[in-house]
Amino acid sequence: MHKDNQPLIFEMTKQGRVGYSLPELDVPEVDLTELLGQELVREEFAELPEVSELDIMRHYTALSKRNHGVDSGFYPLGSCTMKYNPKINESVARYSGFANIHPLQEESTVQGAMELMYDLQEHLKEITGMDEVTLQPAAGAHGEWTGLMMIRAFHEANGDFNRTKVIVPDSAHGTNPASATVAGFETVTVKSNEHGLVDLEDLKRVVGDDTAALMLTNPNTLGLFEEDILEMASIIHKVGGKLYYDGANLNAVMSKARPGDMGFDVVHLNLHKTFTGPHGGGGPGSGPVGVQADLIPYLPKPILVKTDEGYTFDYDRPESIGRVKPFYGNFGINVRAYTYIRTMGPDGLKKVTEYAVLNANYMMRRLAPHFDLPYDRHCKHEFVLSGRRQKKLGVRTLDMAKRLLDFGYHPPTIYFPLNVEEGMMIEPTETESKETLDDFIDAMIQIAREVEENPEIVQNAPHTTVINRLDETKAARKPVLRYQKPTDSE
Amino acid sequence: MKHRYLPMTSQDEKDMLETIGVQSIDELFSDIPEKVRFKGEYNIKPAKSESALTKELAQLAGKNADSVRYASFLGAGVYDHYKPIIVDHVISRSEFYTAYTPYQPEISQGELQAIFEFQTMIAELTGMDIANSSMYDGGTALAEAGMLAAGQTRRKKILVSRAVHPESRDVVRTYALGQSIDVVEIPLKDGRTDIDALKEMIDENTATVMVQYPNFFGQVENLKEIEPIVHEAGALFTVSSNPLALGALTPPGKFGADITVGDAQPFGIPEAFGGPHCGYFAVTQKLMREVPGRLVGETTDDEGRRGFVLTLQAREQHIRRDKATSNICSNQALNALAASVAMTALGKEGTKEIAVQNITKTHYMKQQLKKSGFEIAFDGAHFNEIAVKLGSSVKELNAALFEKGMIGGYDLGLSYDELQGHMLIAVTEQRSKEEIDAFVQEIDAFVRETEASHA
Repeated sequence: MHKDNQPLIFEMTKQGRVGYSLPELDVPEVDLTELLGQELVREEFAELPEVSELDIMRHYTALSKRNHGVDSGFYPLGSCTMKYNPKINESVARYSGFANIHPLQEESTVQGAMELMYDLQEHLKEITGMDEVTLQPAAGAHGEWTGLMMIRAFHEANGDFNRTKVIVPDSAHGTNPASATVAGFETVTVKSNEHGLVDLEDLKRVVGDDTAALMLTNPNTLGLFEEDILEMASIIHKVGGKLYYDGANLNAVMSKARPGDMGFDVVHLNLHKTFTGPHGGGGPGSGPVGVQADLIPYLPKPILVKTDEGYTFDYDRPESIGRVKPFYGNFGINVRAYTYIRTMGPDGLKKVTEYAVLNANYMMRRLAPHFDLPYDRHCKHEFVLSGRRQKKLGVRTLDMAKRLLDFGYHPPTIYFPLNVEEGMMIEPTETESKETLDDFIDAMIQIAREVEENPEIVQNAPHTTVINRLDETKAARKPVLRYQKPTDSE
Repeated sequence: MKHRYLPMTSQDEKDMLETIGVQSIDELFSDIPEKVRFKGEYNIKPAKSESALTKELAQLAGKNADSVRYASFLGAGVYDHYKPIIVDHVISRSEFYTAYTPYQPEISQGELQAIFEFQTMIAELTGMDIANSSMYDGGTALAEAGMLAAGQTRRKKILVSRAVHPESRDVVRTYALGQSIDVVEIPLKDGRTDIDALKEMIDENTATVMVQYPNFFGQVENLKEIEPIVHEAGALFTVSSNPLALGALTPPGKFGADITVGDAQPFGIPEAFGGPHCGYFAVTQKLMREVPGRLVGETTDDEGRRGFVLTLQAREQHIRRDKATSNICSNQALNALAASVAMTALGKEGTKEIAVQNITKTHYMKQQLKKSGFEIAFDGAHFNEIAVKLGSSVKELNAALFEKGMIGGYDLGLSYDELQGHMLIAVTEQRSKEEIDAFVQEIDAFVRETEASHA
């Protein structure tokens, strides 16, 4: 890979070039100044590029070559479920009858879309064991906040205004406490025990009549199933709190255990993880929320209803928390997730989970002799290694992650969860073959050997990427967040 | 049954179980308590082959009336615009769409640079100092602007114009509920924010004033007059803006907006039944460290090469947890890429040309409606929408238009009690003179017929 910079598209501009094709104006021209008044007519053009269509395609093709996706190679990024993104999903989402319909069209003209949404909700209800599902939230964190707002509405409807606290484990995703704050709650942290699970004694200590909810990821971010889940549910429910399921790790338990059966009251799913809506370089996602019957009145409105005359949106929901998003959610991602579920069927989804867990345990066992394994027990879809052995030799987990880039891999999630020193969180997913896992394991073992024999090669990694490690301090200290056209004097 | 996404063979399975030291896959799930263990398989539809499924879903899609087969005059926040074909070719490159958030910059320079370019384009169009890497949509971006303003000013009241998109206002209210912030609506006057009322309502508790430009009715708000009122009260000025309109209109940044938000859907992003679209969030330099979501910044490596990284992450949930500026994690990166490609294709001249075409064609529609004797609800400058008084049922008219291959406008009575029998008509550059003429002719015929049957 050559190491030259790819110029910014703005630096390729040449006055007079165009990359678009608009129709000739077929109605009489108007005088903008006369119509809008001088002040409203934009004086200076926005400094956007002036390039040809081929320039554009070459530019973005060059950029794409400087980017690693699941289709480029193995991507064992823990907690992110970087599985294969099926191509049929992409085709179906682009069907004109899905892509080019307006959310405010008369309902009779979009019955196919509403049918798909309804059937997806039905499928998600069965998969999670919940009573009702909304597709409105745009992503996982958005779903978390939506769920917490519903819990808040539930308590307030019961005249319970003193439930100000949301409990999250110390191993929780950062979005959990952040969502609690946005929903107006205070966060209380519950500790993990020496087995990597929620410490029940500590939980009993922190719950009380001010507890609104406990947010849990199960399996947790260490990839471990919270075995005491029923007891936790009982502790929370006994004090009148609600149990919230962060669905980030659902890939580990499909057809094995449903949140609804574990005692959870609210669930969010990340359709862009478990259900293959692609990650898109950071989004868009989709974060449907499922609830038990007692929370149904508080669902965001509108809700989708099936009647004898067809599907309709019901806005008459007096106890609803309101809208969390314009329109009905990220429909395009929901189409992809639906296509995936219909492709896999019940036996397929079961195998997904079984192979995701098999792959993770296989990797964990093969890597365990070479790195520290803080929690030595069967994992679910992911596991966390510690690089503390290597750190003693002067090589940090960050260095090993960077060294993996030289082997063509995306590294694992590092330094998370926070309760593992020099953590490396590895999630292979079920779509990877044994050969791919073996090759990655070999690379990890080689790196562990390099740490002992030739640490510099790891400390100075990566060596083969288009750019070396970047100066992040400089980026934060003097932020340059946009391109500025040089003035003539420069 | 074998699945094409699952490469495991029975031999692989056997070998791997042996390495792990267990007899069966079931053993790996022995930590799930018996009481909560799910037995058997989900009661969901059985798997379908690729061909059978595409056939079924194509038929389902075929039940929907799309804006390719029908001439659409429906806007109200989501528009049928020119989508350069190149956009889909770029975002279909799987190095982009199968990547995660670019947390490893050495192998994510493509995505990071593309976002840096997006941030620049949005900042340019809005006239703001900086823009973030995207938000879910225009509605949640507006709500986040309210949160930012409340945090920054330590005030607990948001004034939002009734000429802001009704669904965006709904979202602002839901977010505000969580933060115990009051949301008060500024009334309308002739289809625009009532500035006299604003003067009366604004006070020392007001965190921000929110207006939309062009507003929900397609009217162009007088930002110049509003800005000093907001700033004199010590509040932040938030403008929600269709970025495509800013090809021709003076940008909010020039009028002193502190925060400009909106949705980049008009740039190359399909309507997709309301999502995913692409929120944007732009601010002045002063508010840089308060911005929600991801920011990409420029820096260098040890050999002095330019590169890009996610920066100022201390604002974000994965670092700051409950003290973060927002809980947003996933954003709309791929759609930000789509919008970037569309903005690049249109470029410096095309963004103006397309905006002017919208204004011109809407003006033509307005004249034709007036010629046929229709009353335009709000006069003045329009961008690509106009509200027309029909005096008859919008729903019935839309049914009649549908028969003629057209998707009619938005029924304003659904969101504004005082505007029963009014239709909000969108005219983009996609509508030809012929289609506009046919549309006017049809609604004219419909209204005459309705009147005749009532006579």
